[in-house]
Amino acid sequence: MNKNKGLDHDEQLLFEVGDINKTGVDLAEIDNLKHMIGDSFSENEIGLAGLSEPETIRHYVRLSRKNYSIDAGLYPLGSCTMKHNPRLNEKMARLEGFSDIHPLQPISTCQGALELIDLISSWLKELTGMAAVTMTPKAGAQGELCGMMAIKQALLDRNELNRKVVLVPDSAHGTNPATAAFLGFEVKTIKSNDKGLIDFSDFKDNIDENFAGVMITNPNTCGLFETDIVKISELTHKSGGYLYCDGANFNAVVGKLKPGDLGIDAMHINLHKTFSTPHGGGGPGSGPVVFSDRLEKFCPTPLVKNIKGDFILVEDSNEKDLTKSFGRLNVFHGQMGMFVRAMSYMLSHGADGLKQVSEDAVLNANYLRASLSSHLTPAFDGFCMHEILFSDDFLKDTGVETLDFAKAMIDEGYHPMTIYFPLVIHGALLVEPTETESKQSLDHFIKTLCDLVERLKKDSDSFKAAPLFTPIRRLDETQAARKPVLRWKEEPLIAV
Amino acid sequence: MRYLPLTNDDREDMKKVIGVSDINEMFTNVPKEVSLDPKFNLPSHKTEMEVGKILSEIANKNINSNQVPFFLGAGAYKHHIPATVDHIIQRSEFLTSYTPYQPEISQGTLQYLFEFQTQVSLITGMDVSNASMYDGSTSTAEAVSMAKRITKRNKVVISPTLHPQYAEVINTLISSNEDEIDYNFSENFEVEKLISKIDDSVSCVVVQNPDFFGSCHSLEQLAEHTHSKGALLIVVVNEIISLGIMKSPGEMGADIVACEGQSLGNPLNFGGPYIGLMSTKDKYVRQLPGRIVGETIDMNGEKGFVLTLATREQHIRREKATSNICTNSGLCSLAFTIHLSLLGEMGFKKLSKLNHEAAIKLYNKLKTLEGFEVTNNSFFNEFTVKLPIDASVFVEKMAEKGILAGVPVSRVSNQEGDFSNLLLVASSEINSDFDRDNFIKLAKEVCYE
Repeated sequence: MNKNKGLDHDEQLLFEVGDINKTGVDLAEIDNLKHMIGDSFSENEIGLAGLSEPETIRHYVRLSRKNYSIDAGLYPLGSCTMKHNPRLNEKMARLEGFSDIHPLQPISTCQGALELIDLISSWLKELTGMAAVTMTPKAGAQGELCGMMAIKQALLDRNELNRKVVLVPDSAHGTNPATAAFLGFEVKTIKSNDKGLIDFSDFKDNIDENFAGVMITNPNTCGLFETDIVKISELTHKSGGYLYCDGANFNAVVGKLKPGDLGIDAMHINLHKTFSTPHGGGGPGSGPVVFSDRLEKFCPTPLVKNIKGDFILVEDSNEKDLTKSFGRLNVFHGQMGMFVRAMSYMLSHGADGLKQVSEDAVLNANYLRASLSSHLTPAFDGFCMHEILFSDDFLKDTGVETLDFAKAMIDEGYHPMTIYFPLVIHGALLVEPTETESKQSLDHFIKTLCDLVERLKKDSDSFKAAPLFTPIRRLDETQAARKPVLRWKEEPLIAV
Repeated sequence: MRYLPLTNDDREDMKKVIGVSDINEMFTNVPKEVSLDPKFNLPSHKTEMEVGKILSEIANKNINSNQVPFFLGAGAYKHHIPATVDHIIQRSEFLTSYTPYQPEISQGTLQYLFEFQTQVSLITGMDVSNASMYDGSTSTAEAVSMAKRITKRNKVVISPTLHPQYAEVINTLISSNEDEIDYNFSENFEVEKLISKIDDSVSCVVVQNPDFFGSCHSLEQLAEHTHSKGALLIVVVNEIISLGIMKSPGEMGADIVACEGQSLGNPLNFGGPYIGLMSTKDKYVRQLPGRIVGETIDMNGEKGFVLTLATREQHIRREKATSNICTNSGLCSLAFTIHLSLLGEMGFKKLSKLNHEAAIKLYNKLKTLEGFEVTNNSFFNEFTVKLPIDASVFVEKMAEKGILAGVPVSRVSNQEGDFSNLLLVASSEINSDFDRDNFIKLAKEVCYE
């Protein structure tokens, strides 16, 4: 049966369109030499479907058209920072001198690679006002792990591993408590107050002799700058702990203030958020971590050092710079491809451009806030930073839930905002426009959301049915989890 | 600034709507003692042309693998990537989309991940796979962590021929107590010795195949003994192309498979981004870390895909999650799956054979070279050569002569033992007879002239 809908083609699975006897790559002839694999040699069938080149292109182009993208429209996912991804960055990352070099080449043959790492390191240190940086973490969550491991190593160095408690605000990303728990810390939740900020007295009350540190996102996930941050860092240090800052929202303040001035000890930076490396449908990311001088010597291996223009890579933990290092986080030296993209972005903007970036991001968010307040319910009073949090109060008594509202936005041509996060706000809707949206684009978005809110009164049933204009309608997630079908198999898996 | 759409008039109009006259009024939460106009010792904005020039100059200081005969491996391999791959991954809809949280407008990503999971399951010979990890090393560490959760035991026995940096990563990420990990880096893979270490306190045995030194192993006997003690067998594959000509880890009894998938679709990139693969048996799926895509139906009964089993993950379970991983290697998994779809069964097996034959051809030439000894009895596309001189000196001198000849074992090992004369040499479909003849000719010069 033809299930195509105009431009939206129904595309079967690779294993249904492909053929085990087909290939899209011409390879040299083999010489049938006697193999040297030993007794693990095998010529058994694997079952891989193949496609010719035109079929491959068609398969993936058809699939691509079922995706929303920042290139096609505003993508207001709060805390995810879906900003424009400049194509110059892609071009630079594909220079053969960056993309086609091996991580273990002789150091004399990769001086440019080490120079690039040194260059981006110096920018990140300068922008954050911090003493040191490690470039190796592969994504934000691994950056968090890296920062918290340095803290653990510092506690070990002080012989104070009895300090087991890490405080995490209730508005934090899930990765924060997951990271702390992964390292064997005991996670204690601290409350937000009615302004969406850390309740300083609750923070204070939770500090005792077991206090290891606190993980704070700043600006926080309510889109607000933690106004007590300096007080918090002072008390943290006085109490013998460390302040970890989740830098997921660094894009709100980059070029505008130096996080080092806030008294933080470690902060990861998501290059795929603040510095525009593409999200790629879920990665790859890159999560460098900056450190205060209190944590510098506990950095992971390896390190790049610039000795009067000669670049060396310090890899061996027995070397003097690394004797207190907590060790290696992953093989090789980090996400080079992402460093090049981020460096291209930073050079393009310069210090002046980056300041404009954060100011425009904050301006755009507050413009949405001011323009939407008549129809949606801001969760907190006052100005926001780069993102604006709404509660579901405006949906009260309509029978429509946050999820339904989000799905209705899809039919209007928009990717929904982040929903049901942060957990501190009922039915939360977190909107981050980023600085790369024009005023016209924001005005259209505002009009669309206001019209949807108006429609709530007249036709709330339509929200439950949304989305209508998508390649597929709302999916049964309960069935997916209850009877997991996680791969294609020859026999039919679902009785439709 | 070319990336910023707001005009100054826009900014003024918007400030009026907001009700502020100065942008800093929106930064009032920032403590007074913190400057909102700090000085940065950084240059100002640049044109596209200027940025291109700066970065190209830096890139040109490197010798890249297309310029010279190239024989490096040790966990990162140079292969030809079909032009189609890079074209497709640069499509806006793949490049600039987020993790597929809204399935109705993310079926493209979700379907290719479902296909990717199937391909990974097939080549590793396992039931299920997740939607990727950061790289082979973190995949391996996560596999160990998973085994510890499943068996509720702490001890980890690691084969002496696991990549030393992988062992370091396990040590950093998983161990809270160094005694838990048994690892003594050496060239000698002895099954009996490994078996003798497995007792009732062991959670898992970690073995790389082909191993770090390039040798290939049958693992059935090891698997049997591992299982008889209630432990799990984790098989690590660094060169995924080898699976076209070798028994799959699943066939040999693996419980969890952790691989570096870079060889398919992804360039060397000086070490990243790469793509970690992770697959296991059905019964352990709820202990897998990371994203997993599953099939389901929509409200009209049409087949579709969603992220599933999220109750394992940090955004739902917070401190009780199986891992803290969030973003993984989305676009790298797309490159992987496109390359493997282009190859298909036929192409994958042929590529595998071509790689193996390239290594055999070099091996045959090296055998005749005085003072050079290949230490492997078996290999796929990489083997270890004992040189008459220090391997680090050798590769530097070879580089001066315009050839990137291999990876000295001492480069990646900070373990005890004398590995100074050992060189890992990898071959692939990119190497020609010309490359190999050059290797032999220059190696002679470097060692004997």
